[in-house]
Amino acid sequence: MKFVLTTTALALILAAPAFADIKIGATISETGPASFLGDPEAKTLKLLVEEINAAGGVNGEKLELVIYDDGGDPNKARTFATRLVEDDEVVAVIGGTTTGTSMAIIPVFEDAEVPFISLAGAIEIIDPVKTYTFKTPHTDRMACAKIFEDMKKNAITKIGMISGSDGFGASMHKQCLSIVGDYGIEVLADETYGPTDADMTPQLTNIKGKDGIQAVLNPGFGQGPAIVTRNYAQLAVGLPLYQSHGVASDGFIELAGAEAAEGVRLPGTALLVAGLLPENDPQRAVVVAYKEAYEKATGKPVSTFGGYAHDALRILVDAITRAGSAEPSDIRDAIEGTKGLVGTTGTVTMTAEDHLGLDLSAFRMLQIEKGGWKIVE
Amino acid sequence: MPELLQFLLSGITVGAVYALVALGFTIIYNASDVVNFAQGEFVMLGGMITFFAHAAGLPLPLAALIAIIVTAAIGVALNKLAIEPARGAPVVSLIIITIGASIFIRGATQLVFDKQLHRFPAFSGDQPILIGGATILPQSLWVIAGALAVFVCLWLFFTRTLIGRAVLATANNRVAAQLVGINTKYVMTLSFAMSAAIGALAGVLVTPITLTSYDVGLALALKGFAAAMLGGMGNPKGALVGGLLLGVLEAMTAGYISSQYKDAAAFVVILAVLFAMPQGLFGRKSTDRV
Repeated sequence: MKFVLTTTALALILAAPAFADIKIGATISETGPASFLGDPEAKTLKLLVEEINAAGGVNGEKLELVIYDDGGDPNKARTFATRLVEDDEVVAVIGGTTTGTSMAIIPVFEDAEVPFISLAGAIEIIDPVKTYTFKTPHTDRMACAKIFEDMKKNAITKIGMISGSDGFGASMHKQCLSIVGDYGIEVLADETYGPTDADMTPQLTNIKGKDGIQAVLNPGFGQGPAIVTRNYAQLAVGLPLYQSHGVASDGFIELAGAEAAEGVRLPGTALLVAGLLPENDPQRAVVVAYKEAYEKATGKPVSTFGGYAHDALRILVDAITRAGSAEPSDIRDAIEGTKGLVGTTGTVTMTAEDHLGLDLSAFRMLQIEKGGWKIVE
Repeated sequence: MPELLQFLLSGITVGAVYALVALGFTIIYNASDVVNFAQGEFVMLGGMITFFAHAAGLPLPLAALIAIIVTAAIGVALNKLAIEPARGAPVVSLIIITIGASIFIRGATQLVFDKQLHRFPAFSGDQPILIGGATILPQSLWVIAGALAVFVCLWLFFTRTLIGRAVLATANNRVAAQLVGINTKYVMTLSFAMSAAIGALAGVLVTPITLTSYDVGLALALKGFAAAMLGGMGNPKGALVGGLLLGVLEAMTAGYISSQYKDAAAFVVILAVLFAMPQGLFGRKSTDRV
């Protein structure tokens, strides 16, 4: 709270000469259980706003960022959302680190007719489409589609699944099962494990024992996928192992061990493999610039989650520039008209029916080789 | 047949983890009738401190030793700063204090270290050992050996040493123990130091298998507590058997019935056992003099 006050105070002092600032709001889970998502998001927003203002602002006006820490609590998020709209009178809001906080605050912005760009994963946020709500992270269903596409390419038609029973694993499991038939793939074994389980060899033994399985998919988050990968190597299952975008980070290779993780495939964003992108890749310039700026400013490795905030702010700034106005309704229309905006998660083109604007090219199919990443497409 | 063996080996691996955690509960419980819910935090500290000491360049055995000593010191501090000032409070209040302490330790760890998951290398490599078509990791053998060693030491401590009997006497009747010349304050401090050290040792041994982060303590403590209840609270033999039984039950359910019902099946069995034998499998019968 103290921090918020100082930032606001600081912003006010800095802003004193040019009084007609563009005020944007954010409610992020900087602390609490979702802090590993919210912390890089908040840092990214502050960093980028500073950068934009140093370069002259938007349409000649400075940006002012009002940021609150909701601690991952939907009730608090709702209070802050109301405060942003009623007291701070912001023209647009970025935030809702988790699906829970996002869903809680959407009605506030829909009622107040203020555009809101969510940083949470669930497809429910933009499906059905709500007039003032947008989001930047790709959905679980897109990750499933990317994986199944890769399986199809490799002539894999029969798979086993082992999913975490936590929120992420359960949601992705459901999304994957709902589209698996479209790719002519059959799920022959469907096992689960608890988020804090220490050994998954019984489930993997059963999958290994089923005849005809050609590959295994593990939707999960946190320590589970690392343990599954280690057990998979222990049992010498010998089939291709697919992990989800939930573990697309260097930390995963470290946890699972380079030896056990060898050959594991997963969909990841361009940000993760910034250095490996070919020179002519449209995303290369954007992700390398963000990665360097973030790592220089914070001294910490860049994360996919910070990338979501990066994209949200870029979309917003692009919209304000094109609208040439800081009226919430004009900004909303301009966001919906976003075309070919290159972000860290992909190239965004929004329409009235699609408030996410990403396609499958947002994901890169990655394979772990000798403790590092390799793009396989 | 290899499936059955694999389920069994998996159950023993997980069961040995539970048993090690459960063994940590016994000393404090025996000294004071307090179930120390910060026990899981001791396990977490063992793993986290070892990881960060190892990452700072210390050899693994030295890092592990430092982790055990530091955690034992934290156990002593917990007793001196939180439990001793509340001496004379009912057992339930003391248990609530330990819950508070566990939340505090978790928060402090998050600030001092970080919020990420960590693992350090297994002691004897990751090459699985093949037993009749099933496999087990060498680290599992370390955990099993650790659980057995702690069990034997505790059993000798409580039955063969004077100080071990003093611990039991303190739990039985604090005033009477003082009257026969037992320094009950010292006994409490010692029991917290030992429990914390055993917890940290468990953390050191299990981290290459379970991984560690600031918030793993709660889940481990719950399973360890369930194992201790199943075997009989306060009895080292009960902790060992209860832990292994719980692990094997979970693995068999996951293997033969459904991984969805793994935890539920284990807890149904625990409920059934406690219904028939409220003291657990090896618990002492409590008799109150009226």
